[in-house]
Amino acid sequence: MLEIRNLHVSIKNEEILKGMSLTVNVGEVHAIMGPNGSGKSTLANVIVGRPEYQVTKGTIHYDGRNLLDMKPDERAREGVFLAFQYPVELPGVRNRQFLKAALDAIHEHRGQDALSAREFDRLYKEKVAEVGIDPDLVKRSVNEGFSGGEKKRNEMLQLAILDPRLAVLDETDSGLDIDALKAVADGVNRRRSPDNAMILVTHYQRILTYVVPDVVHVLIDGAIVTSGGRELALELEERGYEWVKEQGLGAGV
Amino acid sequence: MAGYEQYAADFETLKETASANGSTWLRDVRKDGLAAFERLGFPTKQRGNERWKYTNVAPIARATFAYPFDADADAVTKAALKEQVPWSDDWARLVFVDGRFSESLSTPRDVAGGLQLKSLGAALHSDGDLIREHLGELAPSAEDGFTAVNTAFLGDGALVHLPLDAANDAVVHLIWVTTERVEPIATYPRALIVAGRHSRLRLVESYVGTSGNFTDAVVEMVVDEGAEIEHYRYLAEDDAAFHIGTTRVRVGRDATFNSTSFARGAKIARNDLNVLLDEEGGSCFLNGLYMTSGRQHIDNHIDIDHAKPHTSSDQYFKGVVDGQSRAVFSGRVLVRKDAQKTYAKQSDKNLLLSRGARINTKPSLEIYADDVQCFHGATAGAVADDALFYMRSRGIDEETATTLLVYGFAREIIERVRLEPLRDHLDRLFSGTMAEGRSAAASPQGFTPERDQA
Repeated sequence: MLEIRNLHVSIKNEEILKGMSLTVNVGEVHAIMGPNGSGKSTLANVIVGRPEYQVTKGTIHYDGRNLLDMKPDERAREGVFLAFQYPVELPGVRNRQFLKAALDAIHEHRGQDALSAREFDRLYKEKVAEVGIDPDLVKRSVNEGFSGGEKKRNEMLQLAILDPRLAVLDETDSGLDIDALKAVADGVNRRRSPDNAMILVTHYQRILTYVVPDVVHVLIDGAIVTSGGRELALELEERGYEWVKEQGLGAGV
Repeated sequence: MAGYEQYAADFETLKETASANGSTWLRDVRKDGLAAFERLGFPTKQRGNERWKYTNVAPIARATFAYPFDADADAVTKAALKEQVPWSDDWARLVFVDGRFSESLSTPRDVAGGLQLKSLGAALHSDGDLIREHLGELAPSAEDGFTAVNTAFLGDGALVHLPLDAANDAVVHLIWVTTERVEPIATYPRALIVAGRHSRLRLVESYVGTSGNFTDAVVEMVVDEGAEIEHYRYLAEDDAAFHIGTTRVRVGRDATFNSTSFARGAKIARNDLNVLLDEEGGSCFLNGLYMTSGRQHIDNHIDIDHAKPHTSSDQYFKGVVDGQSRAVFSGRVLVRKDAQKTYAKQSDKNLLLSRGARINTKPSLEIYADDVQCFHGATAGAVADDALFYMRSRGIDEETATTLLVYGFAREIIERVRLEPLRDHLDRLFSGTMAEGRSAAASPQGFTPERDQA
């Protein structure tokens, strides 16, 4: 479903990703772990087409199509989703209205009819309950005045409603208390299906207690240095990223 | 022929027509208006003139606008009008087409609750004393050229009078519409609004047109002791039109003037509002939302005079400025020496949608009392890139995302509107679902506006 080949990405002329490759098949959940500054967030952002990130070399294909040719909104309508590390506040834009506009755009793109106000209402209420976000909160403007944890839950609400094929969660687990963390994990587990794929970008092993990924990758200095199963995450937690480097698995090997 | 000579010639011609000759008093008022206009001219001098510093009215002074002697009060259908202005069948209304009172488009004049709603012409006979007392009192011809020429051509206009103690649930809608003409015309809307002691009045003014006419409106409002006027001003003139709106308000003891204005359109538009807080306990709340695009120019000029203690004023304006257009927010809050315990707040926020858009915002406070609370502030900024990207990352195209953000910005003012038909109209306008195309925020995907479920 997602094929990243020898990807080089710069931001403000500084190279962050230095020849990264990754293959994610439909039905899989991948975890990408790495220390600060390793390029995890860069990877997440470049997949959704954030304009500040410049791809200098390499390719990303999504369902066989060149993802880098598509505009950010086009990627989203094709089923690519990013749960933001720092969700943005949209003053005056109501959460429900925002999600209805997004879902309508996706449906239109697929040649489907838009949901009626009533149908959308039902879906919205259902997902609000499922994600466990305060129903009063989501009557407000998008993320405005939300706490960090509430913002992350709102990302999970958007994920649940827009139901993308490929979801990238950029440190959605960071800074959460245990209840919120479990809520995020539940959201991920509920979504697991042979029809979609997810990439969890995370700094900590914590969330992997609740979500068992198919593959764990370790990203250091802009490239994946090692991949493995869940036990790799546990080992990392115990020994730290220095251990991976000491194994002589550094970039370019 | 242009400038004063043109206006004077039209004045002479108008004098010959019978309808304007109803009263010697009116004849004198009009003659004084013309004399004042001859003396003052239009305020084309900008340098050293704080009131007109950012707005050049030379294009109005240079152009020739015909007086619509042949105005046809039935030139507009009700259906066409409903498309152009906020509408409710429940509202009482007076409609003026090309300056002429339209009997057929207006509602019957006897409105329940003691409210009088009349054309000025008719009112001069029945309510001469009231008109003589107040007309020109707050907006004297000697004040400026636009008021002077409006007074010189005083003809059909509106009188809205709510007597003592009347709390009228009716909404009064004054509509001035101009039509497309071979030659652009000048019209002179005029209204006198008197809310008697302890009365409550809801009033909407609409100014709309579809071609490059010149509208020179003067509205005087008296809010008597303990009374309240809830006022809305809706302006949607043509891109080529000129609009100078002069509003003068006097707020009496413990009285309230609550006003929200919406403006879009016009090549040059001026919303010139003065509020005099003349007695203790008077207050005014002034909200505004303006939206410009293309090469439009809009100027909100607001002067508030706190003359007495315990008066308060609160201004909150927001602007959405697109294309090569320019918006001005200026004016002055004057707190006189006597006006202790005054509260005054002035705020103007702007969203700039293009590089070519410009805003001059100049809130100012002039305070001579020493026990007051006064605040002012102004901001101008572009649509945030991170907000746009966030929305696009959910599948919303850039135009729709911008529309949503603009609507989000504007809704704070829209939600202050207490009249649902007006709020709906504004919602449609800002959500791009109105078949206008002219709206900077017109959206291909569209969206459904949503209210707070308070």
